[in-house]
Amino acid sequence: MSAYEFIDHSFDVVVVGAGGAGLRATLGLAEAGLSTACITKLFPTRSHTVAAQGGISAALGNMGVDDWRWHMYDTVKGSDWLGDQDAIEFMCKEAPAAVIELEHYGLPFSRTEEGLIYQRPFGGMTTEYGKGIAQRTCAAADRTGHAMLHTLYQQSIRRSATFFIEYFAIDLMMEDGVCRGVVALDLSEGKVHRFRAHATILATGGYGRAYFSCTSAHSCTGDGNAMVLRAALPLQDMEFVQFHPTGIYTAGCLITEGVRGEGGYLTNANGERFMERYAPNAKDLASRDVVSRAMTLEIREGRGCGPHRDHVDLHLEHLGREVIHERLPGIAENARIFAGVDVTQEPIPVLPTVHYNMGGIPCNRRGEVVAPRDGDPDAVVPGLLAAGEAACVSVHGANRLGSNSLLDLVIFGRETARRCAECVKPGTPHNPLPADAAELAVTRLDRLRHAAGSRPTAAIRLEMQRIMQNDAAVFRTGASLREGMERLAATFASMADVRVSDRSLIWNSDLIETLELENLLLQATATIASAEHRTESRGAHAREDFPERDDATWLKHTLVWVDPRGRARFDHRPVHLKTLTHDVESIPPKKRTY
Amino acid sequence: MAQLRLPKDSRVNPRGRVHRAAASSASTRTLRIYRFDPESAEGPRVDTFELDVSSCPMVLDALILIKGTLDSTLTFRRSCREGICGSCAMNINGLNRLACTTSMADLGGEIRIYPLPHMPVVKDLVPDLTQFYAQYALVEPWLKTRTPAPPDRERLQSKHEQERIDRPAACILCACCSTACPSYWWNGERFLGPAALLAAYRWIVDTRDEESGERLDQLEDPFRLYRCHTIMNCTDVCPKDLNPAKAIAEIKKMMVTRRY
Repeated sequence: MSAYEFIDHSFDVVVVGAGGAGLRATLGLAEAGLSTACITKLFPTRSHTVAAQGGISAALGNMGVDDWRWHMYDTVKGSDWLGDQDAIEFMCKEAPAAVIELEHYGLPFSRTEEGLIYQRPFGGMTTEYGKGIAQRTCAAADRTGHAMLHTLYQQSIRRSATFFIEYFAIDLMMEDGVCRGVVALDLSEGKVHRFRAHATILATGGYGRAYFSCTSAHSCTGDGNAMVLRAALPLQDMEFVQFHPTGIYTAGCLITEGVRGEGGYLTNANGERFMERYAPNAKDLASRDVVSRAMTLEIREGRGCGPHRDHVDLHLEHLGREVIHERLPGIAENARIFAGVDVTQEPIPVLPTVHYNMGGIPCNRRGEVVAPRDGDPDAVVPGLLAAGEAACVSVHGANRLGSNSLLDLVIFGRETARRCAECVKPGTPHNPLPADAAELAVTRLDRLRHAAGSRPTAAIRLEMQRIMQNDAAVFRTGASLREGMERLAATFASMADVRVSDRSLIWNSDLIETLELENLLLQATATIASAEHRTESRGAHAREDFPERDDATWLKHTLVWVDPRGRARFDHRPVHLKTLTHDVESIPPKKRTY
Repeated sequence: MAQLRLPKDSRVNPRGRVHRAAASSASTRTLRIYRFDPESAEGPRVDTFELDVSSCPMVLDALILIKGTLDSTLTFRRSCREGICGSCAMNINGLNRLACTTSMADLGGEIRIYPLPHMPVVKDLVPDLTQFYAQYALVEPWLKTRTPAPPDRERLQSKHEQERIDRPAACILCACCSTACPSYWWNGERFLGPAALLAAYRWIVDTRDEESGERLDQLEDPFRLYRCHTIMNCTDVCPKDLNPAKAIAEIKKMMVTRRY
């Protein structure tokens, strides 16, 4: 291993990832006076938060009466009661102030006639505990994520935050169960850096690229999740993968739920607005899992659109040019580029497409990573925190509501920073690292850098993506999942025969993609195995062989460990049904209809 | 007449390696792609790739297929693949654009792909954008106010006022505009270039910002702003249909009108 020279750094806190959560954390840490490094494999404004379209939820009440308790009710119901109610209460209550803070940072929100932040309806967002439709989602046209990410990056440069850009984090440095920092590869020079920190915050996003068709960016490979698994820590609720109802047919690019929020609707081959049958009240604005299942059933029963009857149509022609131009300009652009459709004239062909991972690194509501220890299901892993899509706090439970993810990013990104400010005194000296601190990372790097097998990275990746697409889809059965697990195990094993052709050190993207593939394979394994393990249907996890929700057995979080050979093992954590304060009462589980 | 030639290690060898997919079909296209490996003594070259692109609607899809099947050392940035992250800006058939939103069908004949012009090349299609980002930071692209914000609600802004920043704020920092600007090629260290100036404009016209005067002062300089000679390449190539040339013209206008 001596072939690698380390460049060593010491910081109070290290943040991995520069999307919405990572930047919000970095910003908060800089404000708190903690020396902070933000390590990111992409230039910050390239992170996938940039692609979020519809908006960020908060009960501001700018466009009608609203209450954070209604928002909380909707989120708990949307989560199919798998969400932790203490964390959800916290998020929904803090939401208005967090959005106002973003506006004060200069985020260019769309406006109402009164000059307030514009808010639109979104799926599952209601007033008075399901009675009416709420206008709760704060929007900057249909590029809210872009506006938010750029605003947070701008604030970070304002605070002179320290970035390590185009650095790829390989693995955590763990010592006796304590996280001591992270090892990263500098793409531009090919050198290995050790970042020592009193706290490490993983804000590394989701792993949509485990699937063949997803709205996620190529870089959504869940690197932090995989680092956690390799540190012999568990991930949580990995069976819950959200399919967004409206990905553009074949291209997979996202069409925001905001289209339906603004009055768009779905039709099948007969021109029928089929959502009225599946969700008589909310119709096209039912929650995403419900709409995706309805679409899948329509297509399966032969009522799909087009020559192959394999998609449905999303209409917004009737909204008129003005509304489209003002509120959905990016959608019009994407539909033209990726589907050849003029949205003022014709519908967009759409299909449920992998979009978001509810599962991830188990955390408490302060963002501290937890793993069961000595009978305590909520024992904290010292020195390790997580936020954003990588984390499973869990505020989204079995199904996330649209526009709750941008909220999650800022609330828990900020909260991790607050927690670090409480625990870490600026400038606290570091203990020396153990000699083998970077062993895990460097062994892995060295093995893949010289991998001279027969299978190209892209071939193994495609095989994994097809298995996940076929066998861990909108609807699942025990048989299909077990078959998928078997095939995935073979694909996993074939990594021993991977070939990396690029032998260079500078910007070796062949090597990076292979490191990412290894990360994806661990998470794909965790996902499909957890899906097989959970014998009920809840939220985004729909088992045809177990079509009902089973609260008696399964009102609990799944914890999954995956060992280096791809073998999964399980445990569980209780769902936090208790609220955080007495401001609101716990919402007991009931049947979920829209 | 004196002949000026580029130094030897800057000359591009037009006949680099040729990579052909095994089977040829009616959908086979030829892509000629700039290659540069900083770790090799060999200078830059142009490689030829011939492959079936029927599964590749966009140029980025073709690059990914090449990387996956013909030559995994081909290096380029990419992320969102839907024109919003700005990673895959490159020069395709002579124009700066995003590989992910450039349709293969819209390009005739051989497709020529080079890195963004006039930037240091890190490797293949990856340019070094350090200076570009530093110039963005130089315009201090964040809200500056003196009046404290209302404690528990947003600053008000009318729809009309918001419209003035709505488009300029949609810039994705892909650098297509700045690296298409001949003035930026000549004076890249001192002329801020269209992307940074568009960012400056976005804050100058934001009604919430209270330091537009200071922002204009910062640009009152023979190079930072006034090296724009209205060549308009920036607006021509912007993949988001933004208009940096107009923003720059507006800033120049403000410079004049504020004097009288």
